[in-house]
Amino acid sequence: MRRGSQIPVSLAFLAAAAAAFVLPDWMISLATIAFANGLVVLGLIVMWRAGLVSFGQALYYCVGAYTVALIARWSGLTDALALVLIGGLSAGVVSFVLGFLVARYREIFFAMLSLALSMILYGVLVKTESLGSTDGFSVVIPTFLGYAPHQEQLVLALYWLVLAVCAIAAALIHAYFHSLAGALAVPVRDNEIRLEFLGMSVSRLVHTKLVISGLLAGAGGALAALVVGHVDPNMSYWTTSGEFVFITVLAGAGSVGAAFVGSLVFESIRSLAFAIIPQLWQMLLGSVLLLTILFLPHGLGSLLGRLRRRLGAP
Amino acid sequence: MSASILSVRDLGKRFGSMVAARDITVSVPARQTVSVIGANGAGKTTFINMITGHLRPTKGTIHFEDRDITGLPSRNIKRMGISRSFQVAQIFGSLTVFENMCAAAAIGRAPRNFMGHVLTRLRSRESIAEAETLMELFEIARYRNMIAANLPQGVRKLLDIGMAVAGSPRLLLLDEPTSGISIEEKFNLMQVVMSALRNRKITVLFVEHDMEIVERFAERVLAFYEGTVIADGPPTVTLADPRVQALISGPKLQRAGSVVTNV
Repeated sequence: MRRGSQIPVSLAFLAAAAAAFVLPDWMISLATIAFANGLVVLGLIVMWRAGLVSFGQALYYCVGAYTVALIARWSGLTDALALVLIGGLSAGVVSFVLGFLVARYREIFFAMLSLALSMILYGVLVKTESLGSTDGFSVVIPTFLGYAPHQEQLVLALYWLVLAVCAIAAALIHAYFHSLAGALAVPVRDNEIRLEFLGMSVSRLVHTKLVISGLLAGAGGALAALVVGHVDPNMSYWTTSGEFVFITVLAGAGSVGAAFVGSLVFESIRSLAFAIIPQLWQMLLGSVLLLTILFLPHGLGSLLGRLRRRLGAP
Repeated sequence: MSASILSVRDLGKRFGSMVAARDITVSVPARQTVSVIGANGAGKTTFINMITGHLRPTKGTIHFEDRDITGLPSRNIKRMGISRSFQVAQIFGSLTVFENMCAAAAIGRAPRNFMGHVLTRLRSRESIAEAETLMELFEIARYRNMIAANLPQGVRKLLDIGMAVAGSPRLLLLDEPTSGISIEEKFNLMQVVMSALRNRKITVLFVEHDMEIVERFAERVLAFYEGTVIADGPPTVTLADPRVQALISGPKLQRAGSVVTNV
């Protein structure tokens, strides 16, 4: 059954990679940023399964982005793969350190503490003039193992890089969900006392989830920085975190693929809303969220599950 | 003495000026079935909580299989082979009976380090087999696909105890296994539990208020009063003890009138 579910996912990634040859540039750009954000959403899903909602995930997104921008600026390193790796790892280290504090809290306290931490970073960045204050600063054009593309080639190269990172992350998180540490998410949500008396450390399980989601958010932010070519403190602002939570609700926590589908749907709706009703686009997004909660409480991912069951039935 | 699996010496616990347990010295040989009786607030649960590491004793020592476990965290004590069930069943409410058992079995089998938890699968063939065996043993296999939160009280209790047995403990502490169960069901439930535990060769300490159950299932009775053991012996002897009758098992009026101070 597991192998069966991996085939359609791999096919979907290949199809997405091949689509780059036929799609117009603006669509590729939209998908690139959507999939980069999908990594952050995947991290939120990891926590969501254990009943934890972070309203401050933008912190790690922003740490990843600024790390990439600063490393490229100071060291002259331009290799995209190395930059994304460093961006992800730096956010992972930050989430590991903050995890000693955050992993002790649950529910609204967890949500508010993570929000507060992200707003501290926002405040610091806004006040730091050497980093461009509220304007931020631009990020160098990346290279790919020595290859230095421009314009259309750059758009394509970044798109494939994002897809590759997403595919690796999706495979690893899929494996994690089936491991003991990953599969015990619902037990963490249900009954911590029982888990402790079965011999598991709940705080360590939660801490691991925080680090995984930090790594993913950092990688997402690093990719976003390279794609947009600019970083600014808004990447750490609470509305950015809120957007990620929005996409998580839209996607649902049912599967790994849902994170990327949800993120793509969100970006599409936003662009569409912006084009059709520029003054009221937020209202349209709000309506979509409302409809999702009312009619798809388990998100878009549950549609995929239903489809699979229907196809699987004789 | 070396034949004893659990050896408690001069154990005491104070909460500020309140003495919850004092001067408890007990030695339990392997595979014995021991009942712990006493009125509410007599220190039974405190005693259990100290052995399982939930509470840290303020005085005395606890040895399990000749190793000092005094004050160790509950997780480590579980790993050494002491497991427990709860007065109110502690189960994973949104999982099915099978998933509950499987999680318990997988944790029981997993290597003890962090990487082991990331690298082992929850639903390995061995953990599934162990879960199936335990569901059969505790006679709850027909509820296997029911969500645990919707289970009848008796099945919840059996699931709770079954999960405690996963991972092959040598000593099991049952905190009021029959509380919340109707009188008609009590004997049946204890019958299932005790034969399952005998099958697994587990030493049992169970807290119980129903003296008929104690007489029927225990080989030995520890009577607690005001934080310490006032009588220790076979049920026929202990339950006939005038002090035990006067303070614990005696006139029902006295028990009903006792102040509820469960810790």
